[in-house]
Amino acid sequence: MRQRWFQKLSLVDLLLWAFRAGVLLLVIWGTIGTLSAGTYSGETWIDLVVFGLSQGSVYALIALGYTMVYGILRMINFAHGEVFMSGAYTAYFVADALARAGHLNRNPILSLLLILAVSMVTSTAVALLLERIAYRPLRRAPRLVPLIAAIGASFFLQYAFRGLYGSGFKAYPEAEILKGKWTIAGIEILRTQAVVLVASVLMMLGLYIFVMRTKMGTAMRAVSEDMEVAALMGINVDRVIVITFGVGAAMAGAAGMLYALVFKQVHFFMGFVPGIKAFTAAVLGGIGNIPGAMLGGLFLGVVESVGPILFLDGLGIVAPYQLKDVIAFTMLVMVLIFRPSGILGERLVVKKA
Amino acid sequence: MSSEESEQRDTTKDEEEKAMKRGTAPQSFGIWLLLMMVSFSFASLPAAAQAPVTDPVGVVKLAKGEPLTIAYWFVVAGPDASLGIDTRRGVEIAIEDKGGKVLGHPIKLIGEDSGCNAEGGVTAATKLAANPAIVAAIGSNCSSEAVPGAPILWRAGIVTVSPSNTAPKLTAPDRGPTFDGYVRTAHNDKVQGRVAAEFVRKVLKVSKAATIHDGSPYAEGLAGVFAETFKKLGGTITSQEAIAPTDTDMRPVLTKIGAGKPALIYYPIFIAAGGHVTRQAKEVAGVGKVKLMGADGMFSPDFMKAAGDAAVGMYHSSPDLSPEALGPAYKTFVDKHQKKYGEKPLSAFHPHAYDAALMVFAAIEKVAKKDAAGNTYIGRKALRDALYATKGFKGLTGTLTCDKYGDCADPKIAVYQTESADPAKWEPGKNPRKIYP
Repeated sequence: MRQRWFQKLSLVDLLLWAFRAGVLLLVIWGTIGTLSAGTYSGETWIDLVVFGLSQGSVYALIALGYTMVYGILRMINFAHGEVFMSGAYTAYFVADALARAGHLNRNPILSLLLILAVSMVTSTAVALLLERIAYRPLRRAPRLVPLIAAIGASFFLQYAFRGLYGSGFKAYPEAEILKGKWTIAGIEILRTQAVVLVASVLMMLGLYIFVMRTKMGTAMRAVSEDMEVAALMGINVDRVIVITFGVGAAMAGAAGMLYALVFKQVHFFMGFVPGIKAFTAAVLGGIGNIPGAMLGGLFLGVVESVGPILFLDGLGIVAPYQLKDVIAFTMLVMVLIFRPSGILGERLVVKKA
Repeated sequence: MSSEESEQRDTTKDEEEKAMKRGTAPQSFGIWLLLMMVSFSFASLPAAAQAPVTDPVGVVKLAKGEPLTIAYWFVVAGPDASLGIDTRRGVEIAIEDKGGKVLGHPIKLIGEDSGCNAEGGVTAATKLAANPAIVAAIGSNCSSEAVPGAPILWRAGIVTVSPSNTAPKLTAPDRGPTFDGYVRTAHNDKVQGRVAAEFVRKVLKVSKAATIHDGSPYAEGLAGVFAETFKKLGGTITSQEAIAPTDTDMRPVLTKIGAGKPALIYYPIFIAAGGHVTRQAKEVAGVGKVKLMGADGMFSPDFMKAAGDAAVGMYHSSPDLSPEALGPAYKTFVDKHQKKYGEKPLSAFHPHAYDAALMVFAAIEKVAKKDAAGNTYIGRKALRDALYATKGFKGLTGTLTCDKYGDCADPKIAVYQTESADPAKWEPGKNPRKIYP
């Protein structure tokens, strides 16, 4: 009996190893093929990495919300993509008004900060309402229940915004100050992308300091370790949870505004794809881990941007960018096979053990 | 012929046989029945249960004065809504011009949003197929909706006329019997792709070009025809890329295209993704100066919003809506449109939709039969056959004649260049300015 069981296990293992080896082989083969063909210059690769980083930093900012809420409540807030959308979409009206009045080009920095503030406040407000109405009453329910509530909330928000603002897309105004390129250390970088990169790095740093150095941050970490014991120690758990939701949503709101600056289109369904990608990034980095979410987001962005050309072009695949998502999710599967807890996820495993 | 259709035929045959058997059992009764039937058909008494029309696919019966239902399935919501609203208005004006009535029945227009994607097409078609009152449908807008949707409608016996599907495979000889109920007044992209490639190669003298499609039958077909013709004319296609319609970051794809150093990118996709490509092309090293060309799927003032100033100078292939191509009737139409909706047409397919509606009405008038009580009977297969038999139909878009695969258009394709990206200045012919032929 026991021997049979071992035999079965080894077969599964063998298949898994064959899969890993196969994917790695394809990746290496494709990479060598692409690089040896020499079609793409060094600048092309640098450009691709920069594009990936700026897209990835938006993923990372959204992923922070997933990871923080998971870290504390062990719940995946699937409506987080819609929290992101609500900030970007509402801030559009401010941006549009400012652009029409000419303020956007006269006082660009002030205007952009105002748009950012509106976006962050809206997202935070939406997330806090969600927490109060949809999640708090279900906190003691089995884990699947809040998850389903979150999916429902996500649809509700999408269609509420569709009803409020219409189903067409809106074009974000452009600020003159953000047009064109800067050259930094010999690398040409689009101004919007530089701003997105710098802003998101600053925000993530701020969040890290908040969680690691402040009293509230300590309380958050305590609640994430053990909610009951934290409550016994005199921590107001409800307040900590509300602040976690709020901070995560503020990051998503900021991401929404940055996203709109780069892509200049908003509509009610815009939260879905970035939401899924950010969730992937959070899992990739090790869900529940803040630096993990940042790293996961940047990694995912770069893989999406560089991966199709690097891995697939050399294999002779004609239109590799159609397979962008396949590459991203294969990467996720590979990371999870080799490191089930995610890139930086070891702490979670210790915690749960 | 679809299997469902032949099944239906079989069942009707079976029923006839059963009826005959029942009748012949007592012979005298059978003779009596025959006599009765003959007398009824001569006298055509109102009590006659027998419809004056039989049809293998089905018959729609309209009581006297009952409205005649026509359905549309267009993309009237979402980022590509301007395409669907534009065609819906074409149908509405056609109904108005018809006086709101066909054969004394008021025309009732109902519709579904089809979303410009396969799932939306299936949902819309399934909903419409469940409504037996629908005599004919007009739609869809996007070819990706028509591929799964048109067979669903025809299975329910509803013939559909599309004003804006342009993918070649919808009317290709190998399209299969499930498309028997599908006709279009839009041009086939074999024509549009060819005109675009000829313009690029001969007028712009471009020798290297790249294409992008979004995986939809429309974009893939059009990009394919363009590439094929372009190569035949001696040009080189540096790369043929694909994206997803929901993608927002086009810079990596554009960077890859830039490595091949094309002089023009042809991307016959839709508004949202097309806007991203247009804006981001200006920002990517290597493609910043490349000429851009789109097609009719983003020939709309909404696209100007999506692309912003980056749209200035880009080319579009699209139906020729200029007075010299369409004649004075089109001007009357645009004036009516302006008066009725307070704005200019939103996209390029309203005249095709207008023609589609009038073609349907003409076909209904040809096949409908009335009984003495004033009830109207329309055979579904007869209607379909009448549409396919359309010849020399004088429409807004030209003289329409359908071939045996349902291509009815009189295609006139022009190339336009955008001069101002202000959506308020949208006026096809002037801005974007017609530059070819």
